[in-house]
Amino acid sequence: MSEGTDTTYGEDRNRAHEVAPLAPREFGRWAWRQLTSMRTALILLFLLALGAVPGSVVPQESVDSLAAARWRDQHETLAPIYEKLGLFSVYDSPWFSAIYILLMISLVGCILPRTKIYLTAMRARPPKTPRNLARLPEYRTFTTEADPEAVLDRARQVLSGYRVDRHEGSVAAERGYLREAGNLLFHVSVVIVLIGFAVGSLFGFRGGVIVVTGGTFANTVSQYDEFDPGTLFDAGGLTPFSFSVTDFDVTFATEGREAGMASDFSAALDYVATPGGETRSARIEVNHPLTIDGTKVFLIGHGYAPDITVRDADGEVVFSGPVVFLPEDTTFRSLGVIKVPDASPQQLGFRGEFYPTAGFSMETGPVTVFPEAKQPLLSLQVFVGDLGLDDGVPQSVYALDTDEMEPVKRADGRDFRVDLSLGELNFTGDPITDTVTLPDGLGSITFNGVEKFVKLQVSRDPVDWLALTGVSLALLGLLGSLFIRPRRVWVAARREQGRTVVEVAGLDRSSGGDLADEIEGLVAQLEDRAHMEDGR
Amino acid sequence: MSHEQFELLSNQAVVGCAVFYFAALLAHVAEWAAARTVPVAVPVGVGASGGGDDTEVVEESTAKRDRFARLGVIATVVAAGLHLLAVVTRGLAADPIRVPWGNMYEFTLTATCVVTIGYLLLYRKYSLTWLSPIVTGFVLVILMADALLLYDPVVRLPDALESPWLVIHVIAAIIATGAFTIGGMASALYLVKARWLDRSGEERPQRAGFRGAVAAMFRNYLARLPELTQLDRFAYRVHAFAFPIWTFAALIAGPIWAQAAWGRYWGWDPKEVWAFITWVVYAAYLHARATAGWKGRAAAIIAIIGLATLWFNFVGINFFFGANSQHSYA
Repeated sequence: MSEGTDTTYGEDRNRAHEVAPLAPREFGRWAWRQLTSMRTALILLFLLALGAVPGSVVPQESVDSLAAARWRDQHETLAPIYEKLGLFSVYDSPWFSAIYILLMISLVGCILPRTKIYLTAMRARPPKTPRNLARLPEYRTFTTEADPEAVLDRARQVLSGYRVDRHEGSVAAERGYLREAGNLLFHVSVVIVLIGFAVGSLFGFRGGVIVVTGGTFANTVSQYDEFDPGTLFDAGGLTPFSFSVTDFDVTFATEGREAGMASDFSAALDYVATPGGETRSARIEVNHPLTIDGTKVFLIGHGYAPDITVRDADGEVVFSGPVVFLPEDTTFRSLGVIKVPDASPQQLGFRGEFYPTAGFSMETGPVTVFPEAKQPLLSLQVFVGDLGLDDGVPQSVYALDTDEMEPVKRADGRDFRVDLSLGELNFTGDPITDTVTLPDGLGSITFNGVEKFVKLQVSRDPVDWLALTGVSLALLGLLGSLFIRPRRVWVAARREQGRTVVEVAGLDRSSGGDLADEIEGLVAQLEDRAHMEDGR
Repeated sequence: MSHEQFELLSNQAVVGCAVFYFAALLAHVAEWAAARTVPVAVPVGVGASGGGDDTEVVEESTAKRDRFARLGVIATVVAAGLHLLAVVTRGLAADPIRVPWGNMYEFTLTATCVVTIGYLLLYRKYSLTWLSPIVTGFVLVILMADALLLYDPVVRLPDALESPWLVIHVIAAIIATGAFTIGGMASALYLVKARWLDRSGEERPQRAGFRGAVAAMFRNYLARLPELTQLDRFAYRVHAFAFPIWTFAALIAGPIWAQAAWGRYWGWDPKEVWAFITWVVYAAYLHARATAGWKGRAAAIIAIIGLATLWFNFVGINFFFGANSQHSYA
């Protein structure tokens, strides 16, 4: 233990020499006092602020798992260290939790005794008039002809909003009792907010799913692309709704400086709230989610899903359907892969880009000139071999595992690329058609058309109102604690040499008050009325 | 008027108000240069909170100073009018018309306007003559940087911003930012003055010529700053005004909108992280002011750290981590 412990504790320790130097009870009391001191709370607040910083610098698993994975790949030496420090999930890490749990304990340790004190102080009368009012921070005095009793009666009237006690020869007044209540409410509310967050993250869930227009979704865990349940979330408790995405609209500005900017996104859903129930229609937009039985469905993204058919050498269809290509940027140049496990003689994989409205120059190669699918181009690299789907290791549908695959080559030894368009695009002299036959009897690939997909987020937070209520109460308490100004005012009047000497004094108990003005005002009112009295 | 004309008008109003801010700054510099040297008494009881009169103020003829001060304030009022015009026409320039808070340029334009208007509103009540050169100089510099570095032509709002919460969330954030900025200026002046008082006992050689004149001007300025306790109280009041608004903007309106737009109240987006950090630091400031050993200088330093995190959130996050942020437009 350090030498710097406070003196009272030091004396206790000296007196109790035969007791073990670290008597648990005393140590506990010392630790509690340290933890609940304002100084510690301040340091914990700073630690909390500092601890939050890495989460804005290092990509977070829970915020953007793709970015986190990319970061790990790029920093091979740092990644394991960061992993150990929990820097990829700062806000769930033990050290961050430790800071805010300590802060919570400190907070509770501060609230409890203060509430106890407040409960008595709340009913307390204003303190008796001090003998020497002149020693108070604000002090005025004047003389008048009016009777002392009359002056004090008036003071009592003027001090409306104060809790006033009449004493012999003086009046004691106090107001602003609610400041401490506001202060306590604020701190209790912070605890409510944290509880709300904790309960929400324990019992709620959040999932993401990509649905191609025309596709359907049923609310079961297996249908989600990503699913992030709370620790105590019961998967059986998912609301059993289902929906199909019937349509997706987006408008792209075609001219002016906003050209290419997308707006007015909206997706039409036909949904069934409970199996066998009636089908209802709804449109969801950005900022306007659909709520089904407490579960919310948000539209958070969109993109293109080219409709592809792959045939083997005999013309048998081995793959057909829309394939989601994820947009890379606002021009909607998109990346995607097509996996064809049923191809023969060997499995096929395609990886490449989708350009909604393609342009071409010798310098840049194919580019997107407009984000709407007006002149789509697919440019794919072809792989042949084992897709690795049977390894039992789950694979992303957006990545091709080429460890066991070979790129297909042209006769001149360069990679074979498949370029597909819906019309007859022609950039280099060779027309780009909708079907390309693959070399070596691997079959053919056809580009049938373009579908759109929507990225939806489905989430449920059973107590989302709790945290919000907490924050709103906190704001209310905060306003009270900052703007209610507790102050004490005393007015004393006595007869001296045929005149009444009035003394007015005040004490500001908050840290930002301007009591002087108020005392001036009070004096002015008393004098004014006293003069009126004189004149009568 | 067409939308293009409004945009042009807005840009011209920015130039116009910059000219008037510059004029105001010159007038206020002249005001402090015109002040005669005040013999400074050795400060009595120089503590962090400084009790009583720290300096003895000698009566002097103030007519010349007052004239410059009045000129400066008039120029600032004109500048504020043009500034407000620039903000309003910026909104009218969009098609369809909208609130002018769609990107960094517009946010900065409005926040600096709030700083000026806040300063003018409080000018009389708190006799803010001492704050004039700081506010006009600051607003001028930030406005110029805004126009030169951050300018973006008017475009319509992206869908994600099409929400009533844009108005509520952003106006609260802007007002809080403006108020914190004014409070931070007072806290910074507190530190400067406290340091100056600490060192004023030391004998320093009088410099001659232009440098001497500038040094004398600073000395006069510092001598006429309000007492430390008053500076501290003014700073506290402005912060106490801004803090609940920031709480509302960052922790109530923001999460409600985020829930509607992105399906979560709080997602530890970089912008959210730094809004939270700012909130925590200012919470620490309010606590520090009520804690022995942290009052005065330490509290002022915390307030300035808070202001730094606030601006970093606005500038730094957008430029360095913007790619990861869902707030990339603001």
